[in-house]
Amino acid sequence: MAGADGDDSLYPIAVLIDELRNEDVQLRLNSIKKLSTIALALGVERTRTELLPFLTDTIYDEDEVLLALAEQLGNFTMLVGGPEYVHCLLPPLESLATVEETVVRDKAVESLRKISHEHSPVDLEVHFEPLVKRLASGDWFTSRTSACGLFSVCYPRVSSTVKAEIRQHFRTLCSDDTPMVRRAAASKLGEFAKVLELEYVKSDIISLFTALASDEQDSVRLLAVEACVSIATLLPQEDLEALVMPTLRQAAEDKSWRVRYMVADKFSELQKAVGPEITKNDLVPAFQNLLKDCEAEVRAAAANKVKEFCENLPEDSRETIIMSHILPCVKELVSDTNQHVKSALASVIMGLSTILGKDNTIEHLLPLFLAQLKDECPEVRLNIISNLDCVNEVIGIRQLSQSLLPAIVELAEDAKWRVRLAIIEYMPLLAGQLGVEFFDEKLNSLCMAWLVDHVYAIREAATCNLMKLVEKFGAEWAQNTIVPKVLGMANDPNYLHRMTTLFCINALSEACGQDITTKQMLPVVLKMSNDQVANVRFNVAKSLQKIGPVLDSNALQTEVKPVLEKLATDQDMDVKYFAQEAISVLALA
Amino acid sequence: MAGAGGGSNDVQWCFSQVKGAIDDDVAEADIISTVEFNHSGELLATGDKGGRVVIFQQEQETKGQPHSRGEYNVYSTFQSHEPEFDYLKSLEIEEKINKIRWLPQKNAAQFLLSTNDKTIKLWKISERDKRPEGYNLKEEDGRYRDPSTVTTLRVPVFRPMDLMVEASPRRVFANAHTYHINSISVNSDYETYLSADDLRINLWHLEITDRSFNIVDIKPANMEELTEVITAAEFHPNQCNTLVYSSSKGTIRLCDMRAAALCDKHSKLFEEPEDPSNRSFFSEIISSISDVKFSHNGRYMMTRDYLSVKIWDLNMENRPVETYQVHEYLRSKLCSLYENDCIFDKFECCWNGNDSVVMTGSYNNFFRMFERGHRRDLTLEASRESSKPRAVLKPRKVCAGGKRKKDEISVDSLDFNKKILHTAWHPQDNIIAVATTNNLYIFQDKMN
Repeated sequence: MAGADGDDSLYPIAVLIDELRNEDVQLRLNSIKKLSTIALALGVERTRTELLPFLTDTIYDEDEVLLALAEQLGNFTMLVGGPEYVHCLLPPLESLATVEETVVRDKAVESLRKISHEHSPVDLEVHFEPLVKRLASGDWFTSRTSACGLFSVCYPRVSSTVKAEIRQHFRTLCSDDTPMVRRAAASKLGEFAKVLELEYVKSDIISLFTALASDEQDSVRLLAVEACVSIATLLPQEDLEALVMPTLRQAAEDKSWRVRYMVADKFSELQKAVGPEITKNDLVPAFQNLLKDCEAEVRAAAANKVKEFCENLPEDSRETIIMSHILPCVKELVSDTNQHVKSALASVIMGLSTILGKDNTIEHLLPLFLAQLKDECPEVRLNIISNLDCVNEVIGIRQLSQSLLPAIVELAEDAKWRVRLAIIEYMPLLAGQLGVEFFDEKLNSLCMAWLVDHVYAIREAATCNLMKLVEKFGAEWAQNTIVPKVLGMANDPNYLHRMTTLFCINALSEACGQDITTKQMLPVVLKMSNDQVANVRFNVAKSLQKIGPVLDSNALQTEVKPVLEKLATDQDMDVKYFAQEAISVLALA
Repeated sequence: MAGAGGGSNDVQWCFSQVKGAIDDDVAEADIISTVEFNHSGELLATGDKGGRVVIFQQEQETKGQPHSRGEYNVYSTFQSHEPEFDYLKSLEIEEKINKIRWLPQKNAAQFLLSTNDKTIKLWKISERDKRPEGYNLKEEDGRYRDPSTVTTLRVPVFRPMDLMVEASPRRVFANAHTYHINSISVNSDYETYLSADDLRINLWHLEITDRSFNIVDIKPANMEELTEVITAAEFHPNQCNTLVYSSSKGTIRLCDMRAAALCDKHSKLFEEPEDPSNRSFFSEIISSISDVKFSHNGRYMMTRDYLSVKIWDLNMENRPVETYQVHEYLRSKLCSLYENDCIFDKFECCWNGNDSVVMTGSYNNFFRMFERGHRRDLTLEASRESSKPRAVLKPRKVCAGGKRKKDEISVDSLDFNKKILHTAWHPQDNIIAVATTNNLYIFQDKMN
């Protein structure tokens, strides 16, 4: 190793190692990210005996350094000498699994889970499982929470005695004194159940599940709802009623709205997990209750699931259930007092039309859509408009167009620019569905009005919208309807509007093609090079650079080049700069 | 009642320590603004007007001296908040620490929340007793080596060093309060906490700083209709869904967070009907609640108003189960207390470890203890005069009129500039911390 020529290769590694303890966090982070380089240079022996002990003690560092370290160690197996020595990685990961920062702990657990697979069955029992036990019986809850995530990875690969111990440890953590640990256990309950033998699922997991689902802490009970999904999938159908449903029913009627919210939020998963029969008998009434819940947050979560729930109902009774049980609740939600509920419903309600078919949609849903299109809250209207495509497929958009137009116009003129921005984004979609005639007649003028909006973001979006419309309706349409209006703005007294002309040309030239660009747009751009406002002039230079590739070489040489050369001698620095840039990009020099 | 049977208390309180400068000349920044024991009682934190937090640690008991419990010595001192200026509103934001709350211990380090008027910070206090040694390219003293002499790689090793205590800010919860924060309280779920200002209460997740949920908002649409403000708020010690907040009108509202996301509708309202015979110009001011604290067992709560301490059973809303007069003799002085602004002083109160005694402060560096059930009370004084090691504190009496007996102090000679607003009781033992203006007194019971 020694010798003068060895220094060159050692030097960069020496720097990396020294920077592991540099004052600057960024440098430490950098070194940790290159830990594999350091380990390679040290060799497996020294990595095990020197580097890892050092890293084990590094837990005082900043979170971001620890996070990077926890991640690195998950990929370190080969660097410590392969699976035979993988257990050497356990001490540093163990200390990282007890730090207070959740992200770091979670990453350490993730890495531990990863390297657990690289342990031989013997090593797993000799090294890994004792670590899990140490964490599970640690003094501080940080270590016990970390243990919760490790049971499921070692359980399948250990002897039955050790398995019994693991189950016992998990049981203990489920009734830990601190809610932190019970939450961690509750959130891993489903995952642990999956690796357990079915008999133990029935004997152990169910009782833990029932206990956690009636914990005094809301935050624990609501996690049991998630576990419910996994547990229900594991059990045979005939056991569900006795083992899972009482708890689920209780959760759906929990005193705490947060627990009911969780049930509403997980409703589709629950529905799939318990199957069609229980859905029909139990979940339908539960869902009705959630849609009528006294807490708006719960109603909103349930409203979000209306479409998915209806879609997943068993086919034979789907229509009856929707018509007689769900739709009445949905009708009430349309006039809910809370706007989040209404807007959640509006984002999914259109999806019901494909499920219910044309006649039901026209008779029952259409009045609701129309009511929502007139809702006082812009978000509700926007959500309806943004989902028009579902209805279009079933009944055609014409049914709605009479109400649609006033709704769109109102949104287009909303005082909040973000609302205007949102509706602009739906214009190409609407145009496609309403057809060119309807568009020309009713919406075209709106699109042009946005070009002179006083908010830049709207003008910018309006320009982009024009481009999408031209892509949809073609160059000929553009030439007749849009281009003249855009070019007319070149003479506007407001320089911002004149610039909008240039921005539109930038966006449209490609979609309109060489002919229109050369014959109609180019003369206007060139003429604007004499504008008295420097901002307009340098935007002329930028526009010429942008549309140059669309023009033919003759026009470039004879018309564009002289103008750019003139701009390149402009008094204004920026104009000069952009003119020169255009000249070089278009290779006109 | 007041002043009666002071000496018959079973516990004899002794002086243990006093912290802070002896100078009579008090720097504004040194005025203690909050005192708080951690959950084990091993640590005691104070905050001051200068934005500093000082943490004291109890020394391990020495076997040779069975009669003295460990003393509290400085463990860590750090600047928690700095003065700031809100340029949008042209307002100065004071650095004064309004409240400190310890988090339940989660690993070897300790965590606390500290707040000034606007910003809450989460601090980590940790120990370090090892430091890395060994560089490749330089000597330990920083001199660089000639790179050509580096022929082998050296991995640093950790070596023991003198214990170092570090305080580092972990989270800053800012920009959520338009008004001044008066309370913070950690939830028994260990993952959320509340912060209350004059008109609103926000709910935070301890790991999330960029959003909080507004759960109570009493701001009227028109500020001219404002009739009351929130004065204090606290979570129930073990029911994660229950919180209370007190108001300047003397009421306490209990909210159940299970019922709805917004707690605008309280589920219980604790209020004592006003005694019409006592009605005066000052009634509303002195009924304003300055502090509310749940008992450790969660069954009761204690409120402090200007003249009294009241204990409420959570199951009885129409009147308190116990009322203790702190300094009833001031009732006739309210006019002058109004003129010198003392009437707006915000006295805090605290429970002892098993909820059998409550303590609160008064004027003239007096503080009061009320033994529940036995109807016994005690007035003690925190003063330099009695600060001899293990000296037993002599009960004080204020003469409420009539003939002054020996050892009694007349109301007129009370010093209203010496007030004890902040006190704390060790969570298990009979150790109390009492903040006079810029001094922290620690007293404990005489061990036999």
